[in-house]
Amino acid sequence: MILLKKLLNIRGFNNATSSIVAIFAGLLFGFIILLISNPSQAVDGFIIILKGGFSTGGKGMGQVMYFATPLILTGLSVGFAFKTGLFNIGASGQFIMGAFAAVYIGVKWTFIPAPFHWMVALLAATIVGGLWALIPGLLKAYLNVHEVISTIMMNYIGMYLANFLVKSTVYDSKKALSMNVAESAVLPKGGLDKIFYNPIGSSGAVDLSTVNSGFYIALVVAVIMFIVLNKTTFGYELKACGFNQNASKYAGINEKRSIVLSMVIAGALAGLGGGLLYLSGASGRHIKAVDVLAAEGFNGIPVALLGLSNPIGIIFSAIFISYITLGGNYLQTLNFVPEIIDVIIACVIYFSAFALLFRNILPRLLKWRMDAAEIKNERGNE
Amino acid sequence: MDYVIEMLNITKEFPGIIANDNITLQLKKGEIHALLGENGAGKSTLMSVLFGLYQPEKGTIKKEGKEVKINDPNAANALGIGMVHQHFKLVHNFTVLQNIILGVETTHNGLLRMDDARTKVVSLSKRYGLSVDPDALIQDITVGMQQRVEILKMLYRDNEILIFDEPTAVLTPQEIDELMKIMKDLAAEGKSILFITHKLNEIKEVADRCTVLRKGKLVGTVDVADTSIEQMSEMMVGRKIDFAVEKADVEPGEPVLEVRGLTVGGKHTKKSVKDVSFTVRKGEIVCIAGIDGNGQSELVYALTGLQPIEKGQILINGKDITHLSIRKRNAEGMSHIPEDRHKHGLVLDYSLEENLVLKCYYTPIFQKNGFLKFQKINEYANCLIAKYDIRSGQGAKTIARSMSGGNQQKAIVAREIDLGPEILIAVQPTRGLDVGAIEYIHKQLLSQREEGKAVLLISLELDEVMDISDRILVIYEGEIVGELDPKTATLQELGLYMAGGKRDERSEAI
Ligand SMILES: Nc1ncnc2c1ncn2[C@@H]1O[C@H](COP(=O)(O)OP(=O)(O)OP(=O)(O)O)[C@@H](O)[C@H]1O
Ligand SMILES: [Mg+2]
Repeated sequence: MILLKKLLNIRGFNNATSSIVAIFAGLLFGFIILLISNPSQAVDGFIIILKGGFSTGGKGMGQVMYFATPLILTGLSVGFAFKTGLFNIGASGQFIMGAFAAVYIGVKWTFIPAPFHWMVALLAATIVGGLWALIPGLLKAYLNVHEVISTIMMNYIGMYLANFLVKSTVYDSKKALSMNVAESAVLPKGGLDKIFYNPIGSSGAVDLSTVNSGFYIALVVAVIMFIVLNKTTFGYELKACGFNQNASKYAGINEKRSIVLSMVIAGALAGLGGGLLYLSGASGRHIKAVDVLAAEGFNGIPVALLGLSNPIGIIFSAIFISYITLGGNYLQTLNFVPEIIDVIIACVIYFSAFALLFRNILPRLLKWRMDAAEIKNERGNE
Repeated sequence: MDYVIEMLNITKEFPGIIANDNITLQLKKGEIHALLGENGAGKSTLMSVLFGLYQPEKGTIKKEGKEVKINDPNAANALGIGMVHQHFKLVHNFTVLQNIILGVETTHNGLLRMDDARTKVVSLSKRYGLSVDPDALIQDITVGMQQRVEILKMLYRDNEILIFDEPTAVLTPQEIDELMKIMKDLAAEGKSILFITHKLNEIKEVADRCTVLRKGKLVGTVDVADTSIEQMSEMMVGRKIDFAVEKADVEPGEPVLEVRGLTVGGKHTKKSVKDVSFTVRKGEIVCIAGIDGNGQSELVYALTGLQPIEKGQILINGKDITHLSIRKRNAEGMSHIPEDRHKHGLVLDYSLEENLVLKCYYTPIFQKNGFLKFQKINEYANCLIAKYDIRSGQGAKTIARSMSGGNQQKAIVAREIDLGPEILIAVQPTRGLDVGAIEYIHKQLLSQREEGKAVLLISLELDEVMDISDRILVIYEGEIVGELDPKTATLQELGLYMAGGKRDERSEAI
């Protein structure tokens, strides 16, 4: 009892528990929808979702990591902005603009020597993503335009602009996708190909997962963001501005500059996410150039919420959401229509994102229950 | 004896501290009951328990002899308990009327019925002399007005038990007199009032009984009529307080802060500071006195760089800082204890230690290559906490938001004085502090002066003005209308200047 009480007072423990409780609630809710849509196969379907990436062996797990990579970055983008007092709803636009920049350089700038090609492409993705967020940042800092409005608008501008640019520069009209990037622009495998594959027959041939060193990069970036936010004067200033702009100004912090920088960094993270997803060779993702906002961008919001905007928490929540999304895709093996699958997965994800809510309620509830129990015990002892 | 409210053996704990330890308080009908205690003694906490904001770990609350459970402010309201908080809780972009009815709106078929509400508010404000404009936005009215809105909120809800948490800390002396009268009227009507204040003369003036807390424990309840101010303060602090301020003779030296022809506002807004010139020299405490709203805030914002100026020049030690950034002004030796501790003074979601380095986190002592030195920050914070007796539940790691109002103020004062400024601009530095803390801060200000530093004090507290300053400049409608010597001037004379009834015939204030 005392141990439990002590645990409850530790912030980190509380946070992790609340996220886990939220995930359970989300899963339960998903199960209810499964039951409603297809009662006879609900249990089987639920098991498939739970097995997630594991359903398809080593390759499956690799795919979970591959799709988690951009989610970590967009989650960091939203979470970082949030920690500094900004709502970045524009990760989709920043993501797709970054993606275009990376693919364009990957396809066209073959003059760059091999080991540097993918690095330059990633750098470009980061810069373009950052620039895309610079505009809402400036609008917010100097004209007091709310960033939610401006980033949403930038999402649409970014989507149409990226589609237009892809179609007019790096489009493969036969496949209706962006072209494959040059071999030198594909992110190195970094040893992950030795782990995540499914053997085909007994001939030694393998079905490789698309996962590559982009996943390492995402992890490193998350750790860097954690350090920036929690250990540096820069992070101290940005967070102070997020909490109280007036007090920051009073303390001599250039609060306008901080707002712009926060936004640019958030955009750069999302842009890098775009680069990491699309620089993955022929078997990887390609830009479809259709008029749909990039889901990776929007999913950054639940990832950040579920990770409570903590960069390390975001790594885990991105992996979870990628895992559950893949699991959902395998539902097609049962009689579930694709639309319902999307609904179920969206429910699980968004319901889980209510983690914030649980964080506030859970400790109080538990404490209250325990106190009640203690009082009962005391009375019993008398 | 019948009591309207009895709080019996209340215990409330927070992480690291027992804020209320077995406290009993009984309130008679129609009495004004004062609650006295040092900063962090647990006064606000006890009142928040009564108002349903906190659930006590132990103890019971009785209303008119019957035990009641107060789970939230709505339950308190239903029992007729209302509260004016230490830091007001109003919606700034709502009108006065909207704020008053918030939560208890009268509706008809789901539509708001503002007319009925308006009639009631207008008649209440007439009856109790609480004049307010029901259609003014909260953000446009003075703090005194905002407080009237809070009082009207309670009256509108027909509350019978009224809790005032440090209502006078933010008021001008005139407004305090008005509030005292209003409180007496309310009590005469049969309403029961719980009144928190650090000013013992206010207790003497209006209260019937007084309950004293010290470090979360009950010291006792006394009849105010039979207890002297000295006795009450001794009960509260546990030692004798020296009310007289001892001032050494210091010969003022070179000018530190020079202000020449400073004008604020004008192009698009009203001129709030008009062609103000003055000098503060080494070893001098100069006080700007005036009725609230006569340009003091704007003058300070202009000096500290929070607001742009229209015309004029500001110099520190002969160096022109008129166009320097806030950070550079600080580097030139300017410190600032701001008027509004929640707006400017603190990042409430930061811990105490993070707030204590808010002005110096970037110096080589606290960072290296952009990385904060947490060890050093913690040591420094602990040193300030000990020196200034800043009390809180979890020491340096306490989140500023959870600290008591007075201790938040102490943290700001500690931070600003400890920067070792050439010129300290202190706006109401002792607002909300207990008598012991005030004594200490005054000593600190005087020792600044003895070290040859300059202090510009902006205070509404006339005793403070008279006691510690070397010169008094009176500001009226944005202009300096007179300079007085506190050794020879009388309070009456000062009041006359402040009300705009008299001004010096002089070309330039020096
Ligand atoms: N929400 C909270 N969480 C944690 N600690 C708290 C909280 N509220 C108050 N405390 C602690 O409880 C103690 C009593 O605080 P309280 O606000 O009641 O003091 P107070 O007597 O009103 O002081 P002041 O005169 O400074 O307003 C303080 O040490 C404070 O740090
Ligand atoms: Mg208080």
